[in-house]
Amino acid sequence: MKILLTICLICVPVLAQQIGNPTSQQGVTPPRGVFAIRNARIVTVSGADIENGTVVIRDGKIEAVGTNVNVPAGAQSIDGRGLSVYPGMIDAGTNMGLVEVPQGANGTVDTAEVGDLNPNAKAITAVNPHSAHIAVTRVEGITNTLTAPTGGLISGQAALINLIGTAPKEMAVVPQFALVINYPRIGGGGGGFGGFQQPVNLSDTLANNERQLEQIRKMLRDAEAYGRALDAYAKDKTLPRPDRNVVLEPLVPYVRGQQPVIFRADREAEIRGALKFAEEMKLKPIILGGNDAWKVATLLKEKNVPVILTGLFSLPPREDDAYDALYENPSRLQQAGVRFCISTGDAGAEVRNLPQYAGMAAAFGLSKADALKAVTLYPAQILNVSDRLGAIEAGKMANLVVTDGDLLEIRTRIRYLFIDGRPVVLSSRHTELNDAFKNRK
Amino acid sequence: MKILVLVVVVLMGSAVQAQTVSETLIRNATVLTVTRGTLTNTDVLIRNGKIAAVGKNLNASANARVIDATGKFVMPGIIDCHSHSMLDATNEGTLAVTSMVRTQDVLDPTDGNLYRALAGGVTTLNLLHGSANPIGGLNSVVKLKYGRPASEFLFPGAMPGIKFALGENVKRSSTPNQPGVTRRYPNTRMGVEEVIRDAFTRARDYKRAWDEYRAASAKDKNVIPPRRDLQLEPLVEILEGRRYVHAHCYIVSEILMLINLADEFGFKIKTFQHVLEGYKVAKEIAAHGAGASIFADSWGYKIEAYDAIPYAAAIMTRAGVVVSMNSDSDERARRLNIEAAKAMHWGDLTEEQALKTITLNPAIQLGIQERVGSIEVGKDADVAIWNGHPFSVYSRVETTFIDGTVFFDRQQDLARRSERAKERATLEQADPNKPPARGQSPATPRRRPPTHEGGEIEQEEERP
Repeated sequence: MKILLTICLICVPVLAQQIGNPTSQQGVTPPRGVFAIRNARIVTVSGADIENGTVVIRDGKIEAVGTNVNVPAGAQSIDGRGLSVYPGMIDAGTNMGLVEVPQGANGTVDTAEVGDLNPNAKAITAVNPHSAHIAVTRVEGITNTLTAPTGGLISGQAALINLIGTAPKEMAVVPQFALVINYPRIGGGGGGFGGFQQPVNLSDTLANNERQLEQIRKMLRDAEAYGRALDAYAKDKTLPRPDRNVVLEPLVPYVRGQQPVIFRADREAEIRGALKFAEEMKLKPIILGGNDAWKVATLLKEKNVPVILTGLFSLPPREDDAYDALYENPSRLQQAGVRFCISTGDAGAEVRNLPQYAGMAAAFGLSKADALKAVTLYPAQILNVSDRLGAIEAGKMANLVVTDGDLLEIRTRIRYLFIDGRPVVLSSRHTELNDAFKNRK
Repeated sequence: MKILVLVVVVLMGSAVQAQTVSETLIRNATVLTVTRGTLTNTDVLIRNGKIAAVGKNLNASANARVIDATGKFVMPGIIDCHSHSMLDATNEGTLAVTSMVRTQDVLDPTDGNLYRALAGGVTTLNLLHGSANPIGGLNSVVKLKYGRPASEFLFPGAMPGIKFALGENVKRSSTPNQPGVTRRYPNTRMGVEEVIRDAFTRARDYKRAWDEYRAASAKDKNVIPPRRDLQLEPLVEILEGRRYVHAHCYIVSEILMLINLADEFGFKIKTFQHVLEGYKVAKEIAAHGAGASIFADSWGYKIEAYDAIPYAAAIMTRAGVVVSMNSDSDERARRLNIEAAKAMHWGDLTEEQALKTITLNPAIQLGIQERVGSIEVGKDADVAIWNGHPFSVYSRVETTFIDGTVFFDRQQDLARRSERAKERATLEQADPNKPPARGQSPATPRRRPPTHEGGEIEQEEERP
């Protein structure tokens, strides 16, 4: 059967549904193999587009890209005439897999731990590989998400995942990519804006924010000290052996600036505060949110701090903001030379709309090429995985999307999808329900 | 108060100086007429607030405003069949039946989100009461005449409507039990049916009492009229086909429940709102003659939305249901063009079918299809000029007209920005607006309730 299928695939232009393991939607990871997408337009993102090119995928990686590429014997071949190949899109600001139904089904919500300081809460531990959100998202060409916990002041550690796999470990690209800190906000740390019901007492709030920041500072300092104690003991076993501390231990690489710390910060004062705090603590910051980033562009550029923009489809924060203040945010950052990427900031269900966010940025000043980069190469760079993701180059992970048009346009169809070199069936909970009911008489 | 002053002053500065020109000629555009196909290199002539002509090489009078729309697209103003914009209150949730309350009494014409919707090409809104109770308050259909008094927003001749709601919101599923507080009836979908049945039973009797009174008073002037009941009057209007029911719902059982109940009492549901599982019972909805006003997104955010699929618009359209895409959100209202295009991506509707979901179909659902919803001679000149095809993610609105008057113009907006920035800076430096000294509370700004948008899920319970 397998051989028959392979022969079929070589002989005729195949349908997407015929490649890959039809059970992959149920969470069984399809096998890797050798594939060739031939005669397609290849949008490499990192370099020039290649017309009539071929991409060869082998054992999870892109083996070759170009116009003079030999298709290996035995490769399953896709006729790419009229189609375009793009790198998979990456959303760096989600809770993918940590929550299924946020309202009225608390049992499905694993985003926020109890308490304010939870550096040891790891998203990769709780990601549900079989969440319906995952297939719904990937069939739209989004192959990777950064999945972050949300609660308290120190929320935990975010994971960069492939949107495929039977177990979290199979999904992980970088299982512990960053520490996530909710920079204290007006109206309460990490919480919503409380000003609607209760008048905000500004001075109380500022004092409270200062206390919250001090809590974070103290924990990070403790982690530094803990790290030093561990190091000292490693060198000199005659010293007292430090008790292991599962809360402080994961913080050590972050307080040493070896791994990034993501600060959720939207307002100008929060972003400036986060930058100052990161400098004071010698952290390696990334801003997540960044609604007012355009107001802080000079400083962000000067400090070389990247921004994961999640607010493109939020209403402008102030009533007198320009109607397109957030639509224009990416192009303003681009002009100022600030590193950024575009994210939905969505928990999971609507991460599939990522291309429309990028499109909106292009409608308001960003070039189309940069809009595409803002959901492929730029997030890969910010997430420090541009050696593996975000562009089509030999040696990179084969996360590829084959389309019948511009990847960001809503009318475009995804025709084939590869994640980690695995051919993914383009089905999801939604396609299945559609198939079940569309012909009901 | 100080901050309020600042906000209001700045806002006033940003309001479009709506220009009334009696004649406007939009030249050489691609015109998406909705009812007569897509016309290239076509002119649209607007005169006295109406579409006066659509065709090639039209002539306008000497004083007409002429807009060169070469390379641009003209489409009808978008109609949003589910909005809570400009409402100072959304839910009168204390009772299960609140048909006596009117959104018309709480319209705030200064809501800045109206301007943002105009910038997304929206011209008409169906302002609905919230979904806290089985029978909610009365709606208002408005044109987005931002900068004008509330009375000028009301769409003359639109069919009066009312909000019904079923399911989780009505059951108050997300409202925690408070010790010592009695839960409001109903608590189940069974109780929801009973509440609506009870209300219509009373309304039927009330109608009979009035019918009998009218018959009797024709003969005898001294007959005493029944006591007026403001709760039941709108329900009588429903029974008499003079008021449209817009019913919020999600799942199959409640959709069929309301269809059965309406059939039994002899009235029609004009639209099922959200109706996320409507695709499962599309033929029953079509048979009843109801429309569906839905989302492409908003699946899975609560249990009753878990089976929502973006193919719903296509499935229901093919079953013969009049389908519209709505926002239920000041945020989403700004990009309904893309919401409509999603029906092409998921489910293969044609471009015309998809366009109708934000133009002619919602017009039908609101009883205003003779006035708006397509570009045809004689219709209201509610149109928007886009810099590209409105179904492209790369497109944006250049100019939005209502009744031939410009209510949004991007170039005007851009031109005002430096002036506005200066004004804001001046106001911020003004003595009364300086930040308060530490230890003092600042004045509290007037806050509007958060709207239905991602991240404010606790509000969602009340809103959609």
